[in-house]
Amino acid sequence: MAKYIGKRLIYMVITLALIATFTFFLMKILPGSPVASADKLSPEQRAVVEARYGLDKPLPVQYFDYMFGLVQGDLGISINQFKGADVTDVILSRMGPSAQIGFQGMVLGTVLGILLGMIAALRQNTWVDYTSTFVAIVGISIPSFVFASLLQYWFGLKWDLFPVALWNDGFMSSVLPSVALAMFPLATAARFIRTEMIEVLGSDYITLAKAKGASGSEIAFKHAFRNALIPLITVLGPMAVAILTGSLVVEQIFAIPGIGEQFVKSIMVNDFAIIMGTTIFFSVFLIVIILLVDILYGVIDPRIRLSGGKN
Amino acid sequence: MEKILQVKNLELSFNTQAGEVKAIRGVNFDLNKGETLAIVGESGSGKSVTTKSIMRLLPEQSAEFKNGEILFGGRDLTKLSDKEMQKIRGKEISMIFQDPMTSLNPTMPIGRQLTEPLLKHQKISKTEAKKVAIDLLRLVGMPKPELRMKQYPHQFSGGQRQRIVIAISLACNPKILIADEPTTALDVTIQAQILELMKDLQKKIDTSIIFITHDLGVVANVADRVAVMYGGKIVEIGTVDDVFYNPQHPYTWGLLSSMPSLDTEDAKLYAIPGTPPDLLDPPKGDAFALRSEYALKIDMEQNPPFFKVSETHSAATWLLHPDAPQVEPPLTVIERMKKFPGSRYYEGGAV
Repeated sequence: MAKYIGKRLIYMVITLALIATFTFFLMKILPGSPVASADKLSPEQRAVVEARYGLDKPLPVQYFDYMFGLVQGDLGISINQFKGADVTDVILSRMGPSAQIGFQGMVLGTVLGILLGMIAALRQNTWVDYTSTFVAIVGISIPSFVFASLLQYWFGLKWDLFPVALWNDGFMSSVLPSVALAMFPLATAARFIRTEMIEVLGSDYITLAKAKGASGSEIAFKHAFRNALIPLITVLGPMAVAILTGSLVVEQIFAIPGIGEQFVKSIMVNDFAIIMGTTIFFSVFLIVIILLVDILYGVIDPRIRLSGGKN
Repeated sequence: MEKILQVKNLELSFNTQAGEVKAIRGVNFDLNKGETLAIVGESGSGKSVTTKSIMRLLPEQSAEFKNGEILFGGRDLTKLSDKEMQKIRGKEISMIFQDPMTSLNPTMPIGRQLTEPLLKHQKISKTEAKKVAIDLLRLVGMPKPELRMKQYPHQFSGGQRQRIVIAISLACNPKILIADEPTTALDVTIQAQILELMKDLQKKIDTSIIFITHDLGVVANVADRVAVMYGGKIVEIGTVDDVFYNPQHPYTWGLLSSMPSLDTEDAKLYAIPGTPPDLLDPPKGDAFALRSEYALKIDMEQNPPFFKVSETHSAATWLLHPDAPQVEPPLTVIERMKKFPGSRYYEGGAV
């Protein structure tokens, strides 16, 4: 197991280096520069600014400078979005709200989705099942920003239950964005669990469990649930991605001072260091999630105990 | 002999989109204490459905009892609530399934799967249950049972898994053990081991076994009595010798003739012509008549009743009616009947 994780860590570093390289050169290919928008600057002033951020050096030098900094954990400094602030500090200070709504959304979505899927499977072809399927279809087909606007309108404006936007009311501010983010994981989990539960409930070992005298709930929770979870783990990775990309938009809509909101703005103003830093931060996050998912597989399904050691 | 289970005139249908499938159409049999009753027949003859209906393991939405009763310990199992059935399943009646590769839960250590019925049906602690489970594993011939308790099904071979399933089914010393083709998915050497194990354990815990199979060789090996099923009905029932050496129903003749043996001289293996009856719309008379070269006119019109051949043996065919014409069974069957005292071809000796 330790050997396996070690191997995976090495792969993770390689993946990250590749992502950083690609993003770096893609950014450089794109037209425009962080200082391009500042029309008021004279050519001399612009040269001074470019020199200050190392933008005047040849591209390979800029690349190696950046990668060297990255290895030391230095993501550079913001050029124009947060003028001169350390990128790492910017990201860390913005992480709180994002992590909160992302985590709440993920947990809410998967837990509700699993419940919904379980109930649907156990009450197959009844109105409960049809309702659950409908919710799942709605959750997958309606984009999170549309859903977010609807939530704002009904729960924020009409019924005045939660703040419409802004991050100034603690937990209450986080409710609507979390719900908006939860829709996709909820729908995905419900669909996967329903299909898998129905399949598992028809399998031989469930019949054997029944033949042992197990009751309906024992069969559902002790025997079927764990087996039905396995395919859901597969989509946990994509779900985390959905939460991330969802948060880019949802944070904008709810005016949450999170990473997503700051990322979108940094792209608009072409703040090279912030874009790079956030991309790398997101990448690390995703790669770690994928590793956790792979480890979780082995925990839930003994047949997929990871290589690198017996049992 | 004490009758432990009585199935009386059982009729069961599946309600499907295509219509009502009459899977069991009037089945009668008794199971005596300590005996092994084999139910043989081709796929779709209703043998599995019959036993699953005893355990009430059929899907409740589609399977429906139409008639008859299943008497066990003074109660009619067809009328019990699901809660009451849960107390019988695994405790009084337990079951072994066909495919040991899929009948164990892949994400649960086998120790827990073994202790589950113990904890459920007997008032014992977890540590006691574990001890019993280890003893059970030892009983079914599992080496190092203590170490294997924590392992998962994929760490066992097919034969070992079937041993575990047998251990689970015997955990609460059931009065009846239903084995639904327990050796079909195993290779021949393992089959023999499992059959030996079952015979051995039956003596030890004195249980009655209903053994479903389509392998007549297995029947001869394990059973005391045999019921031959066809088209949702029992067509012939008797002791192993009755059915193997003095068969009366043309379907039993067909079954025995299609059994290959080493000294079969003609190279071509006999197969019963035609296909099983459509149970959505079962034939009016004898369900086998359409495939039988011995069918009489009345077979097409009226369902044959059971005719007694001897105290232990009866068959549902009009050929046994006093007015029926004498027919010659297939040669292989006559060869068998020559060895059976009491048959009309008996030539002396014993089976």
